[in-house]
Amino acid sequence: MSMARKLLGLVLLIPAIALAAEDVKLDRAPIDGGDLISLQRGARVYVNYCLGCHSLGYMRYNRMQDLALSAWQIRDNLIFTGAKIGDLMKSTMHPEQSKDWFGAAPPDLTVIARARSSSAGSGADWLYTYLRGFYRDPARPNGWNNTVYPNVGMPHVLWQLQGEQALKAETVAGPGYPVEVQKLVLEKKGIMTPIEYDRMIADLVNYLDYVAEPARSSRTTLGIYVLLFLGIFWVLSYLLKKEFWKDVH
Amino acid sequence: MSDHEPDQRKRRFLVGATSVAGGLATGAVAVPFVASMLPSERARAAGAPVEADISKLEPGELMRVEWRGKPVWIVRRTKDMLESVRQSADNLADPASKRSPEMTPSYARNELRSIKPEYLVVVGICTHLGCSPVDKFKAQPEPFEAGWKGGFYCPCHGSLFDLAGRVYKNKPAPDNLPVPPHKYLSDTRIVIGEDTTGA
Amino acid sequence: MAAAEKQPVTGAGPFNGILTWVDRRFPLVSLWRDHLSEYYAPKNFNFWYYFGSLAMVVLVLQIATGIFLTMHYKPDAAQAFASVEYIMRDVRGGWLIRYMHSTGASAFFIVVYLHMFRGLLYGSYRQPRELIWIFGMLIYLCLMAEAFFGYLLPWGQMSYWGAQVIVNLFDAIPVIGPELSLWIRGDFVVSDATLNRFFSFHVIAIPLALLGLVAAHIMALHEVGSNNPDGIEIKKNKDPATGRPVDGIPFHPYYTVKDTLGVAVFLIVFAVIMFFMPEFGGYFLEYNNFIPADPLKTPAHIAPVWYFTPYYSILRATTDTFMWVLAAGVIAYAGLIIASAKDFRVRTASAAAAAVLLVAFYFIEAKVWGVVLMGVSVMFFFLLPWLDQGAVKSIRYRGALYKSVLAVFVVAFLVLGYLGTLTVTEGRTVMAQIGTLVYFAFFILMPWYTRMDKTKPEPQRVTG
Repeated sequence: MSMARKLLGLVLLIPAIALAAEDVKLDRAPIDGGDLISLQRGARVYVNYCLGCHSLGYMRYNRMQDLALSAWQIRDNLIFTGAKIGDLMKSTMHPEQSKDWFGAAPPDLTVIARARSSSAGSGADWLYTYLRGFYRDPARPNGWNNTVYPNVGMPHVLWQLQGEQALKAETVAGPGYPVEVQKLVLEKKGIMTPIEYDRMIADLVNYLDYVAEPARSSRTTLGIYVLLFLGIFWVLSYLLKKEFWKDVH
Repeated sequence: MSDHEPDQRKRRFLVGATSVAGGLATGAVAVPFVASMLPSERARAAGAPVEADISKLEPGELMRVEWRGKPVWIVRRTKDMLESVRQSADNLADPASKRSPEMTPSYARNELRSIKPEYLVVVGICTHLGCSPVDKFKAQPEPFEAGWKGGFYCPCHGSLFDLAGRVYKNKPAPDNLPVPPHKYLSDTRIVIGEDTTGA
Repeated sequence: MAAAEKQPVTGAGPFNGILTWVDRRFPLVSLWRDHLSEYYAPKNFNFWYYFGSLAMVVLVLQIATGIFLTMHYKPDAAQAFASVEYIMRDVRGGWLIRYMHSTGASAFFIVVYLHMFRGLLYGSYRQPRELIWIFGMLIYLCLMAEAFFGYLLPWGQMSYWGAQVIVNLFDAIPVIGPELSLWIRGDFVVSDATLNRFFSFHVIAIPLALLGLVAAHIMALHEVGSNNPDGIEIKKNKDPATGRPVDGIPFHPYYTVKDTLGVAVFLIVFAVIMFFMPEFGGYFLEYNNFIPADPLKTPAHIAPVWYFTPYYSILRATTDTFMWVLAAGVIAYAGLIIASAKDFRVRTASAAAAAVLLVAFYFIEAKVWGVVLMGVSVMFFFLLPWLDQGAVKSIRYRGALYKSVLAVFVVAFLVLGYLGTLTVTEGRTVMAQIGTLVYFAFFILMPWYTRMDKTKPEPQRVTG
């Protein structure tokens, strides 16, 4: 093998050593963007539990007609303020006050499912793990901490539904030797069973995933038609090129 | 170069077919660009129908509501006002609202230009050059008209409208005051911007 | 050329009359002939030759989508982020136009890098095409500026902090640095003032410059004629009867038809990305940019967009310890010039320059040199026509030495690019430093290895 080739091989090997990933492990969010009923349930959870603090300031109420809801259904079930159907879904909490109470104003969540994407998983995965990762922590001012977002200012809003978790150290079998891991353990039961709670969070995360990009389903559908057309155009232009290039050589 | 003669028919066909496909593609691509200039959801929300509560409106009073950036007047007409409407036909340029049909929907194409006789609903912008006329409901001699029976006077160029919003003869304004699409949700609630014909 | 001497237009069917009228008042027919129907291009253009016309297609796409985005975008720090979401949701078809523009931006760089690589492969920058190459490099600089200014407009976290970091680089310039940064920003930190001027640059100033430079680039090309994969000049072999190059074919209809095919394939790839993965793993639309800009919160990991990362790597690689390596390199290079050069003036100049550089390395801190190295690494491309002293133009006839060096350079460029997307660690910094040395060696040693390279004889006529 020539010297150049050996050098090339060595150069290509170094990346493997230097590029190790260091990310948090996230659970996969079991969501289906085409499940309209799940999205409707998620909308209901959001408006009931989250909209009080977190705005969806770029999303209009009437856009939820995408979810096979009529304007009347939205008005009657999902608007608790005097907002009109065409209005943006804004929270009425004052950012200065909420900053005082929580340490930081609750952020707008319209595009959170896109912002929280990373190499560790999609934004939906992050949200799904986050909303199930709260545990009791007396050291924090509001009594709660979170495995995905350490020392978060948000309290566990859904604690009555999930119950109370604690973070317990546990020794498990590791790669040839025992390893100590931190595990979430349900100490006090909530109104919902863990499966029911996980299902509800899946619906909520599904909804947030939809809100982050309501045009997604149009985008993929249109994409298929465009590619079909381009396939035909490609064939035609290929035949055209071949025909004219018979002249050459 | 090659030896055989080029097949001109095949070439013409392929050029034609590819051009047609290309033309279709260009047309299709133009659609979202052109559509992007249509009113956005924000404009449509701002221009959405507006509800007006007329429960507190006294006879002879005028209520102002904003719809699509324009003032809409709701006037609760008294019996005398309704009488003056029926008598003012001679002075009017277009008593039957025939001139510009789009300004008067079918349910307002009657003598009183309203769904319910008592309530007049019109857009309060003079059909001449866009000023907002002033209400002069009292039937008394006025500097602009000796035998004034009540109605609206536009201060900019002197156009006059009766208590059904109909324009007087020989005045700068060409049309009667437009009646916006509207419907009654109940006896006390009118929605402006929406009507039963699905406007 | 009196109007009366011109022949009337024929062959355009019902349009003959009007075209003749225009041609008497505007050089319509001569433009058509000189640049399309009688512009003779080599008949052996291959895959690498699609990217020039594709670059033009992407330019048109970006301008068209840009015009419509500007109808709805608000260049105001308080409204910018919201206006982009407004386009994505409330404007009819707005999401489609936005994704076309964001995918188009990355597509532009992919196409342009491949287009530039073609130049490297076939020696398209060699005499007499140096000016085409220079115009092209100016286009590349304008493109980078256009992308940089455009990226601030969505006013996300990455937009804001990327701009902050890059503008702060100008602080490093001795004496005038901080004043210069203040002037560029229009404020003490990146703010609304900065956004407004970047909007102006992005929407009108640089697009105008780009259009002018593209016109100049093509005019310079047509003046000399295109290169080809064999690197030989087709104009040297003309048919005595017609005066046309025997290996040439008229651009229209042969290359108009072939480039249409190229556009079709390009659009398929473009559509797959745009409709099914517009974020492209966070490389085309960065995840952090979905968080509105917060001047009080620096993100954990600021990185420029992928097309700037090779140069960003070089910037970060220049640490204090690396300065010693660079000093050694300067001494070695000066030694090489002194050993090779015959003219004593060149030798003394090199020795003097080396001495000045070594003193400057000692007194000016590494972070300044990082900026300098980053700038120099882009500028090196301008010098290629004069650095390359090979006997042949095209890689097809170069020897193993040149081919290996080019391959190593390509790997180094890609590795530097990938490292630029990652956070800094000890190991990665060392790799980036090696990459930087390879990158610089490719250019500064070129006069030597291109002369040493054992080339093969070029053919007389083009091969496939």
